[in-house]
Amino acid sequence: MKNDNSMAWMLVLPALILLCIVGVVPLLAVFNYSFFDIFTLQDRFWVGLEWYGDLVGTPELYHALGRSVLFTCVILAVQFPLGIAIALLLPQQTYTSSFFLIVLAVPLVVPWNMIPIIWLNLINPDYGLIGYGIKAIGWDFDYKFNALHTWILIVLMDTWHWVGLVAILAYSGLSSIPQAYLQAAAIDSASKWQVFRFIQLPKIKGVLMMGLLLRVMDSLMIYTEAFTINAGGPEGATSFLSLELGEEIGGFDYGPAAARSVLYFLLVLVVAWIFQLSLRRQNEKEA
Amino acid sequence: MDWMAWTWPTAIFFIVIASILVTFTILAIKFPEAPRVGILRIETTRGDRLFITLLGSAFINLAWLGVVGANQPFALVVCLVYAAAVFRWV
Repeated sequence: MKNDNSMAWMLVLPALILLCIVGVVPLLAVFNYSFFDIFTLQDRFWVGLEWYGDLVGTPELYHALGRSVLFTCVILAVQFPLGIAIALLLPQQTYTSSFFLIVLAVPLVVPWNMIPIIWLNLINPDYGLIGYGIKAIGWDFDYKFNALHTWILIVLMDTWHWVGLVAILAYSGLSSIPQAYLQAAAIDSASKWQVFRFIQLPKIKGVLMMGLLLRVMDSLMIYTEAFTINAGGPEGATSFLSLELGEEIGGFDYGPAAARSVLYFLLVLVVAWIFQLSLRRQNEKEA
Repeated sequence: MDWMAWTWPTAIFFIVIASILVTFTILAIKFPEAPRVGILRIETTRGDRLFITLLGSAFINLAWLGVVGANQPFALVVCLVYAAAVFRWV
């Protein structure tokens, strides 16, 4: 009997068309713009590979890339242990756990442009709660002119914003572990660390990988928060990849901005490919 | 299509990429291939190796621009050698 499954392709077609409109077509246009000195479509001049040559030939790109990678590493090192610890401390499957989950989710729904404003108010020494605390301990906190302080503030703000996501994902993974595993561990008198290391951590690895992918992508494209705090300063110390791109778009340099976008797209492809490989390897191990 | 600022060089570039993708899709349907493990110690099909080739070629071209200058035909030769190596050993 003929196995006719062409209907499945028909059902996928609307999604494919939508993906083409919102993904492929703008990407092709941006690629085309990257070969022009372009202000409006009528005022464009072919420059070939000039923008790409300028971009890869200047050290600023590599500095911004280094800062972005460092920022991603720092926030992953802070947010994942913290998020997992919060998830482990949450009560399992009770009414109170729902309350705590809602509290954890609140920062996730705050508009991104509001978050730096909230934090700038919080650290204000005249009327901010954290600002009062900093003044009380005598710390000369200067996020405008001290690069380390700006970094601390941005990492703190990002952690407040996103640690809830890691905690919720880890909690969902922990909730799905069958009780039989934990009972068997209790019979064997396993310590809390052993239960975490050999039962809980392997079981939540899948959801943590998803969280890792989301956090890596989000942290690489941090813009609104970092720009509002110090506009990439002091002296470019917090000028991440996305801020450099934003600066070019803001200056109507659409040609160089398009070349930069294509380069970032290639970098994101590499990151996504590595994640896909690790997910595939993990699935093979589990199978 | 004027809003997309098409030119012949970019059109030819995308036509070549699209033709390669179509060719490899037809190859995958007509001559299905079992994945193999190469020097990267990962399982790859022809499609995976094509992806690695295209992505790597993009970075080779960018590196060529930064190190040597805008002389892309030579970079293309390096890309072809790289492609042959990927399809042989990855």
